[in-house]
Amino acid sequence: MNAHERISAAIRAADTRGELALVAYLTAGFPGRERFLEHLRQVASGADVVEIGVPFSDPMADGVTIQRSSRGALAQGVSLGWILSELATLAPRPAPPLLLMSYLNPLLAFGAERLADSAERAGVAGFIVPDLPFDEGEALRPALASRGLALVQMATPVTSPDRLKRICAASQGFVYAVTMTGTTGKNVAVPPEVTAYLDSVRALSPVPVCAGFGIRSREQLERLRGHVDGVVVGSALVEVLERGEDPARWLRALRGG
Amino acid sequence: MNLSSISASADALADLVAGRLPDARGRFGPFGGRYVPETLIPALERLEDGVRRHLRSPSFQQELAAELTSWVGRPTALTFAGRLSARWGARIWLKREDLAHTGAHKINNAIGQALLAGRLGAKRIVAETGAGQHGVASAAACARLGLPCTVYMGSVDMRRQAPNVDRMRLLGATVIAVTAGDATLRAAIDEALRDWVSDPLGTYYLLGSAVGPHPYPYLVRELQAVIGREARAQFLQKTGALPDAVMACVGGGSNSIGMFHAFVPDREVEIVGVEAGGRGEALGDNAATVSFGRPGVLHGTYSLLLQDADGQVQETHSVSAGLDYSGVGPEHAFLAHVGRVRYESAGDEEALEAVRALCETEGILPALESAHALAGAKRWSASHPDGTLIVCLSGRGDKDMPTLQQTLLKGGK
Repeated sequence: MNAHERISAAIRAADTRGELALVAYLTAGFPGRERFLEHLRQVASGADVVEIGVPFSDPMADGVTIQRSSRGALAQGVSLGWILSELATLAPRPAPPLLLMSYLNPLLAFGAERLADSAERAGVAGFIVPDLPFDEGEALRPALASRGLALVQMATPVTSPDRLKRICAASQGFVYAVTMTGTTGKNVAVPPEVTAYLDSVRALSPVPVCAGFGIRSREQLERLRGHVDGVVVGSALVEVLERGEDPARWLRALRGG
Repeated sequence: MNLSSISASADALADLVAGRLPDARGRFGPFGGRYVPETLIPALERLEDGVRRHLRSPSFQQELAAELTSWVGRPTALTFAGRLSARWGARIWLKREDLAHTGAHKINNAIGQALLAGRLGAKRIVAETGAGQHGVASAAACARLGLPCTVYMGSVDMRRQAPNVDRMRLLGATVIAVTAGDATLRAAIDEALRDWVSDPLGTYYLLGSAVGPHPYPYLVRELQAVIGREARAQFLQKTGALPDAVMACVGGGSNSIGMFHAFVPDREVEIVGVEAGGRGEALGDNAATVSFGRPGVLHGTYSLLLQDADGQVQETHSVSAGLDYSGVGPEHAFLAHVGRVRYESAGDEEALEAVRALCETEGILPALESAHALAGAKRWSASHPDGTLIVCLSGRGDKDMPTLQQTLLKGGK
């Protein structure tokens, strides 16, 4: 099984347990750089897939929480190179597949080929790049594909049906279905038009579908059950870490365990 | 440069001159493109479609021309700067965008895009501003057309361009202070993009510079190209020839691309862009992106960028808020790449001295941004004593009084 298939399999495994998969996000090195691997293990123990945020100076798709965590991580000197070298030292490796979430520019500065090589060695299974829309994907896709690394595509409620088809066909690991128009971190209701949109993404996608942006509560998970394979929790979990609480316990409570 | 890359550059330039750039993917050679969250793609596609349908249509052109003439006050004058020429050596003409309504070239783009937004059915306008000139122009254009307008502005810029903040408010705009990042233009664009992402189809983002995702660099160039078109015709009419050189300041690069566009095919005309050299060459001490930047992606476009080795965008410094930006329009990156435009920089002190020189010799207070182009003109004059030169005087300097009180007017100088 190559890297992107491992991601899909981890999400489907949750489904066979009768649960929504949890894709859990933390910003690398926030709130403390020296506690990155410890936080990562805690998050991994309660999640099916872990998304590790690479901080960027201009996180234009993110709301206030991830803007703050990105700024905090950068202030402590966190960089993509540091993250990859820390991950390479992980032993034993956490069970959930690890994804890197990064804006494009730090990846370009690192170099696509070198990135694919270092990511593979660090045990990274794939990438989510919020400012790399589907049609500009060739900036990264060939280098990642040569190592079997996933490039997760995002779909949104305003994506046209025709484009949605192409996004679903191209996405690897899962399709990241953005629940709303807006930045990350706001608490969103899940009205019927959102579940209808998620149903349409799921009908088109050969890989699992995970809903993200604004997911914070058990009630939202209940509304989403049956419409997606998993959910992405980001800002809410970053806030848990920021308050010094146990992320694994919070994730268990979110699942209802 | 080897022979094959010289001929590749010549081909690329021929594409530009023939009107084939940006290409269908919004590229000027390797630069440009559309690096934005998926949420914005439908809005950009709708804008691109709107540009294609309206921008060159006779009814839009007629409406725009009427506004440019009767409301903006175009054509703006081309002024021979006799006493400045005598002082600096070359024969210098000024393209007087400072005389355009609201005091800078920004109004050319703002009224054009606001008219377009109306045709696209936008319910509200958001804009970013650095020096405040684009914010004022957007507020004015929105008032003229009856559209609600929200302007994002860095808190540092709000302080140094205070007169413009009150002007925007008088013109009915809501001004929102941005304290994130370096609290200047870059952070204001980040925040305007976040606003737009929240309502991509009801909100129109009126971007003020020749930056951002396709089609903005193209749209802004087309709306600003009136500057160079007028200047070229006026100069030909006055002198019977083309100038030896044209010069403009470059931050994001809207007045400069507007000035340069008509002259790009005139190979005998030297074109010079002057960036903000700030207080030195170190990263963080200037905003001279073409001079010191490396390729990268910021605000939706692949262009040159002031960044560190990890790809983090760096804060910039310039005495001029309008040039204080870490990126530059992709067409400028392209023009530098193919060697058609030479980019150099002028520091804070040189710009301030140029403000003083123009005030003393011509009775014109230039914007600090435009003063960088004048500083370049002074240098060019020293090596071209009989040369003819048009400088784009992109705006007037009234807005800079708080900065000038802290610099030129301080200590009885």
